[in-house]
Formats: sequence, structure tokens, C-alpha cells
Amino acid sequence: MTSNMTSDATGTAATAATGTDPVRSAAMALGDDALILSHRLGEWAGHAPVLEEEVALANIALDLLGQARLLLSMAGDEDELAFLREERSFRNLQLVERPNGDFAHTIARQLYFSFYQHELYSELAAGDGPFAPLAAKAVKETAYHRDHAEQWTLRLGDGTQESRARMRAALDELWKYTGEMFQPVDGLEGVEWPALEERWLATVGAVLERAGLTLPEGPRTGAWAAGAGRQGLHTEPFGRMLAEMQHLHRSHPGASW
Amino acid sequence: MTQNWPLWEVFVRSRRGLSHTHAGSLHAPDAEMALRNARDLYTRRSEGVSIWVVPSTEITASSPDERDPFFAPAADKPYRHPTFYDIPEGVRHL
Repeated sequence: MTSNMTSDATGTAATAATGTDPVRSAAMALGDDALILSHRLGEWAGHAPVLEEEVALANIALDLLGQARLLLSMAGDEDELAFLREERSFRNLQLVERPNGDFAHTIARQLYFSFYQHELYSELAAGDGPFAPLAAKAVKETAYHRDHAEQWTLRLGDGTQESRARMRAALDELWKYTGEMFQPVDGLEGVEWPALEERWLATVGAVLERAGLTLPEGPRTGAWAAGAGRQGLHTEPFGRMLAEMQHLHRSHPGASW
Repeated sequence: MTQNWPLWEVFVRSRRGLSHTHAGSLHAPDAEMALRNARDLYTRRSEGVSIWVVPSTEITASSPDERDPFFAPAADKPYRHPTFYDIPEGVRHL
């Protein structure tokens, strides 16, 4: 996997940050998750169904951006990593790069990711690895993100026929991207991935049950995901998102406020 | 969508020992979501330790038209203020 990552990395910053240091490559994987989801949530600004919800999503995006900055700083220069890497050098899960879709899609993505992130960070916080201090701070944020996703899942699942159908469709569509979350990450050796997956299935399943929904069926890993985001293989909408995210920095290198 | 969501009044207590103070209002589908929206809108900069939300329709307010009968009579009753009274000499602990 390490050699694959190095050969994929086209940006110089990325090449420097991956290589053989497992802590830096783990920091990049977790940091990219936070950065990319933060950007996706930020896309709701000016478009959310109501002002109150727009602020809620922006709050979550800012929490994630804070995590991303700390993590990418562990991997290298945060600005270079965020704005000067090519698509294939990003290590985020494919789940977090999926487009916002309708509000149900955004909530389904939040549900899948925030429950995963909360379980993972809780485990990292309880250990004594290099990510423990950061994770200990972040779990207070992820607990709130989880609550936000849960509250909306309950209301959409148990709301109108329309909201229920949309939530069902969103859960089903994103399901196939959830298997990747439990592939072991280089540099996070202490994590018990199968146990993490069990807890994730149990907690997400419990929320869906209360919402009158069920866990989707169908495969969660397969040819479409072979190695997937953690190895730099991304879905088609990611390139466009990246172009928008990096445009300003690339057009005005070194500019500051 | 917003027109279906009721309005809520938000009260925030900034510190233990102080009372809740009206902070503003917001829209939310129900009380639980109103609390969460209030957290995001009014306590982002550590403004509070406790939040109340109340449906705006549940608040009965005095009418501006009734301001005079309600409040004016108090204006000419200075004896209702402690400062109206002279403190007799020799009274301690007052």
C-alpha cells in the first residue's frame, strides 16, 4: 500500500507527506476526511432549506475544518496539502466526497460518517498514540455531529411519506461507500477495526430502527471500491469539487487576507 | 418550509447563579430541534450554560395600548422606592 501511495502522489507536498511514515499517512487520511466533508457541508451555505439549519451545518463544517487543520499540520504544510495536491493524492473516504444531493442525502452521509468518526475518535482518545490528544478534543464535537444526524434521521424517517422515501433512497445509495470506513488505516495500528464496525452497525441500526427504517441491504465493498479513497481512487464528482476548493489558492499563490 | 415551522423564543443563562435572559427567537419544527438551533445560533461563543426555548405563541405579552394603565400609576409613588425613606440615626445593618 505504501509504494502504491507514493507512486500515486503527483503533488510534491503529498509525496513528502506519504512515503514511509505511518503516522503522517494516517494524519493525512483522517485530515482529508475532515477537510473534504467540511467543504461539502460548506456548499450548503446560502442554499440550506432554512437559515437555522444552514448555521447548524456550517458549525459542523467549521468543527471539521479545525480537525483537518490540526491533522494536516501533522502530515506536512496544511495549505500545500489542502490546495496543491492532485485528486489522486487525497486519502479521504469516498463517502465524504459524495455530493450533497437533497437534504436527506446530506443527513444520510452525516449519519454514516459521524457515527464512524465518533467511534474511531473515542477509541483513539482512549489510547496513548499520537492522535489521542486531538481525538480527545474532537469527540466532544463528533458527539454533537452524531446527535444532529440522529435527530434529523428520526424526523425524516418518521416524518411524511415524502421525507421517508427520500431518506430511504439516500441511505441505500450511500450504503456501498460504508465498507471502506473499516479498512485498516496505516498508522492506526491500535484500532480494532472489526469491533469498530460491529459498534457502528449496532448504533446506526438502532437510530434507523427508531426512525422506522432499517439498515440497507446489499454489498458494502466491491469492485467499484477496490482500495478506494484511502488509496487515492475517487469518484467522478470529486474532481469538480476539488477544482472549486483549490481554485482561489492556485490562482493567487501565496495571497493572504 | 419555514412558514410551517413555529417560532420559538430563546432564553440563555450565561453563568450559574444568573437568571435566563431573552436572547432572541428562531424557527424550528419542534422543541428538541429548537434547543439545538438555539445552541448553534446563540451559544457559539461560550455565551451560555443553559438554554430554555418557549413557543412564541405561549407567551402572553402586555399590549402597548395598555401601557399607561399598566405602568404610569407607578411613576408618582416614590414611597415604593427604599430611597424615599430617611434612615434614622442609630440604625445599623441597613
